[in-house]
Amino acid sequence: MSLGLYIARRLIALVPTLLFVSVLIFSLQQLLPGDPALALAGEDHDPVAVAAIRAKYHLDRPMVVQYRIWLGNVLRGDFGESLRSRIPVSELLASKLPVTIELAVCSMLVALLLGLPAGVISATRKGTPLDFTANLVALSGLSVPHFWLGIMLILLFAVRLGWLPASGYAPPWEDPLRNLTTLLLPSIVLGTGVAGVMMRHTRSAMMQTLDADYVRTARAKSVPERLVVLKHALRNALIPIITLGAIEFGRLLSGAVLTEQIFNIPGFGKLLVDGVFNRDYAVVQAVVLVSAALYVLLNLLADVLYFVANPRMRGGA
Amino acid sequence: MRGARRYQVIRRLVSRPATVIAALVVLAFIGIALGAAHLAPYNPTATDFAAVRKAPSAVHLLGTDEVGRDVFSRLIWGARASLLAGVIPVTLAVSLSIPLGLLAGYTGGWLDSWMMRLNDAMLAIPFLIVAIALAAFLGPSLRNAMIAIGIASLPTFVRLARGTVLALKTEDYVEAARALGCSRPRIAGRHILPNMLPPLIIQSSIAVAAAIIAEASLAFLGLGQQPPAPSWGSMLNAAQRYLSQAPWMALYPGLTIFAIVMALNVLGDGLRDALDPRYY
Repeated sequence: MSLGLYIARRLIALVPTLLFVSVLIFSLQQLLPGDPALALAGEDHDPVAVAAIRAKYHLDRPMVVQYRIWLGNVLRGDFGESLRSRIPVSELLASKLPVTIELAVCSMLVALLLGLPAGVISATRKGTPLDFTANLVALSGLSVPHFWLGIMLILLFAVRLGWLPASGYAPPWEDPLRNLTTLLLPSIVLGTGVAGVMMRHTRSAMMQTLDADYVRTARAKSVPERLVVLKHALRNALIPIITLGAIEFGRLLSGAVLTEQIFNIPGFGKLLVDGVFNRDYAVVQAVVLVSAALYVLLNLLADVLYFVANPRMRGGA
Repeated sequence: MRGARRYQVIRRLVSRPATVIAALVVLAFIGIALGAAHLAPYNPTATDFAAVRKAPSAVHLLGTDEVGRDVFSRLIWGARASLLAGVIPVTLAVSLSIPLGLLAGYTGGWLDSWMMRLNDAMLAIPFLIVAIALAAFLGPSLRNAMIAIGIASLPTFVRLARGTVLALKTEDYVEAARALGCSRPRIAGRHILPNMLPPLIIQSSIAVAAAIIAEASLAFLGLGQQPPAPSWGSMLNAAQRYLSQAPWMALYPGLTIFAIVMALNVLGDGLRDALDPRYY
């Protein structure tokens, strides 16, 4: 199967999934207790305002019609406007998403720098104290509540030592240095969690490839051990690791919710939490929908990378 | 054979010291949650304005919070909310996933494909985002946080249950039962159901850990257990405002969450190694 055909097939298969996602997200609104028009009006219970909201959101129409109108708008990129700020939600999304993507990229770098070497070392020194320590650290990275780790790092590096700012964010084009210093702690917080997963996957992938026949052959040909590990074993172990990386990147885009809250970073997660507290339901629905779409697309990217990297997948079927 | 297998599983579990320690830690937390009334030195909601934000001392082992409540007592009582929020949603998800997985995996056809499409859609929305969005729309309370976490954990279990059913369907003993003329419900109930459990149990241990972190996250955002009732997440929320004056308020609830989650993850790893069918 050619790559283009494979991607096209997978994209078509995504359509029903995303349609279901949109139904789920639309029906969230039905969970609001009582009359949604009253809930959407917030504290303002003026009958005229409530009637206006009911007409504007077509709340007097049957549910199926409401969904069709909503979906039609969403497909045109119109997510409605924020009840709080009266700014179109699509503009809010466009301004917050790059911040979260920057944070996710930095976190991924931290995860790769920590997780990959730790996994390789652990696999090549299986059963040694070094392997045990690396496993313990990885498991801790997976178990620590990240928002708490964030609070502790703020306490140490901002409050006690005063080395880094406790919170805030500056766009890279305005103040590149401040941009890096504000992103360092949150990237470590998010990166360590992914590093734990990365280390465990790298370790098990490496152990499999180190056991493979071609590695034995390479050793038999007395290829230096360093080359055996890095060139023969790691290169082949990279396929599952790359796949994992793409999936974890998708998780990072959404996993930043609490981290952004703690470090006061104006990204996607903060938009969601602020939306929740301002009862700004159009914003909440939009953020959930876009994160789901991104997540699904990154999963697809993971599969495509796997397809590209693994020639066996291309042969048959 | 069954007894022998069970014995082997237990022997494998006990032979790993890390798993034993993890199981003991989990049991200790359950004991603490059950015996909170006897173990806590103070009333967890009693304020004492003469002892506001006092550092750890002999009187208050882990210090006091912003209204003079004893942090140690609140941690002990908080174990109830956290463990409940870990166990109830996962129990809910597992018990729903078994019939759903059987239905999808065993029936197959259009029902299976539609159920899995819906399940994929639920999986597409990241776990914490589902939990936050649901908790936000349902309204903040511990009960609603548990419902939200339960719904958010469901798709992982349904997918796992269905996958197991599909694998078991082709096993020889299931084929044999079919050849002997067993009815479909009997095959599903007697032959497939008991063998679906090991992977679900392994996943449960990890899912309880994830649910505890999710509850703490929701409570931290103000979407879980409501004050003044104690919960580890809401203690961290309050602690954030007094980070420089009262760091102990933030340190101990986090360490507690870390301890139970780590224990559950180690237990999950141990269970996986002991129950993994490859070792049978």
